[in-house]
Amino acid sequence: MSLLKIFKRSAIRRTVLFAGHVVPDSSRCVQCGICSDNCPIEIDVRAYAWRGESINKNECLTCGECVARCPRGVLRFEKTDLFTTGEK
Amino acid sequence: MKHIIIGTGVAGIAAIESIRSLHNQSDDITVLGDDPHGYYSRPGLAYYLTGEVLDKTLFPKKRADFINLNFKYKKARVTKIIRAEKKLELDDKTLLSYDKLLIATGASALPLTAHGANLEGVVKLDHLEDARRILKLAKRGKTAVVVGGGITALELTEGLRSRGVNVHYLLRGDRYWSNVLDEQESQIVQTRLQEEGVTLHFHSELIEVLGKSGKVIGVRLQDGRTLKCNILAYAIGIKPRMNLARDAELKLERGILVNEFMQTNDPNIYAAGDVAQVYDPITGRSILDSLWGVAREQGRVAGLNMAGQITPYIKSMPFNVTRLAGLTTTIIGTVGYGEDKDVLGIARGDSETWRQLPNAIVAQSGFDVNRLRILVGEKTFIGAVVMGDQTLSIPLQKIIANKIDISPIRDNLLSHNTKIADIIADFWSKQKMVEGNYATR
Repeated sequence: MSLLKIFKRSAIRRTVLFAGHVVPDSSRCVQCGICSDNCPIEIDVRAYAWRGESINKNECLTCGECVARCPRGVLRFEKTDLFTTGEK
Repeated sequence: MKHIIIGTGVAGIAAIESIRSLHNQSDDITVLGDDPHGYYSRPGLAYYLTGEVLDKTLFPKKRADFINLNFKYKKARVTKIIRAEKKLELDDKTLLSYDKLLIATGASALPLTAHGANLEGVVKLDHLEDARRILKLAKRGKTAVVVGGGITALELTEGLRSRGVNVHYLLRGDRYWSNVLDEQESQIVQTRLQEEGVTLHFHSELIEVLGKSGKVIGVRLQDGRTLKCNILAYAIGIKPRMNLARDAELKLERGILVNEFMQTNDPNIYAAGDVAQVYDPITGRSILDSLWGVAREQGRVAGLNMAGQITPYIKSMPFNVTRLAGLTTTIIGTVGYGEDKDVLGIARGDSETWRQLPNAIVAQSGFDVNRLRILVGEKTFIGAVVMGDQTLSIPLQKIIANKIDISPIRDNLLSHNTKIADIIADFWSKQKMVEGNYATR
């Protein structure tokens, strides 16, 4: 039964990652650079956070590494409307 | 127009960006600073100490960013502001003239006055050089004593501990950060520190740093005890660096007094960041803040006004996110009271508003690592502390900052044994729906 749970959790996670993008709250950010340092494809996440822009790069894997490592909760996933428009 | 900015911290950088955002490309900007490393993330030093980032990572701007901003940088110490001539004198006796001047010199650690404070091994955490010194000492050092309160003292404690140093943390009172955290919150932090292997000493005051051949070998406490150590780290508060302003006879209190346009009593001189004590037209008070985000916003507003775009600084809800003993903690609005015996000035990552508690009732829930404290006013939330799970910290930040009317859930929140997190989450999702409806109309 726990196996099913794991699958389910993993499926939810993947859906979130697939449908989301990383959004910063720049008022929380202190530009420490942990996010940029940990990005596997070297996106300068910190620069986005400084400008208060969401990470809209196509290359972003939405792996969640930056979100998980930020010590100040600056980054979060937000749903993009790309695949969800029409849903109410 | 010639702008000069003294200071390479975030307030100074934000000022350059906002001046340039106005397309005054012909304006001349000169930045002067005495920190050998220029602009970097000061709050990030905590994560450099723990080893989460390398020192080279702390520099957010690339060379190209600076070139785009088109300013002159000179590593120099300003020795005098000659207001009558609108000139600055530098340590090499050069004179520079300005039309508009921004003082963004920040604050520095209050010095330790105890006997022996100048021994090798006594450290503070003001800038990158301090952090490097601490790491160098931690390589050889076996035991450290940390004194002080607030966030910086914990950053020192955790940084040293993560480098394998035995840490004794001395607290003057009976608990950690008593003017911002409540008893249980202090307890959570203390327990976690002890689990990390930190030894806490309450009601303990440092009297003397003991040394041998110029190096720290221990400390003597007020009650006569001595502790052996090779490092003494202190964070007993900060003080704004106001010497220049004082000599230039600008109006000062605890910081350089500025109006809501970040202007001092000399209309050509502005101040922003940790050094500025800013007039808040809403409360009629002048407030000192020592938060990175606040410094950035003040610098931005100062820059706009210097470049001729009159813009008032609107003080936002004081709010800080930090990590206390490994626990992400958000402190929003007014949450504390009284004075902290461990902090002589204002503690870093601290805001005075946190201690100006109006009549409010405390509602709280949570246990051990996830904890939420909300200060409930008549119709609004006044402040909140979110420890651990941060799901609710952004909603709370918005509810508090926008003074959203919470009367529909007030009674429910304040009744006995209620799950406040669920109530707020529910309230927020309905609130968002209302906002969404407005947006689509």
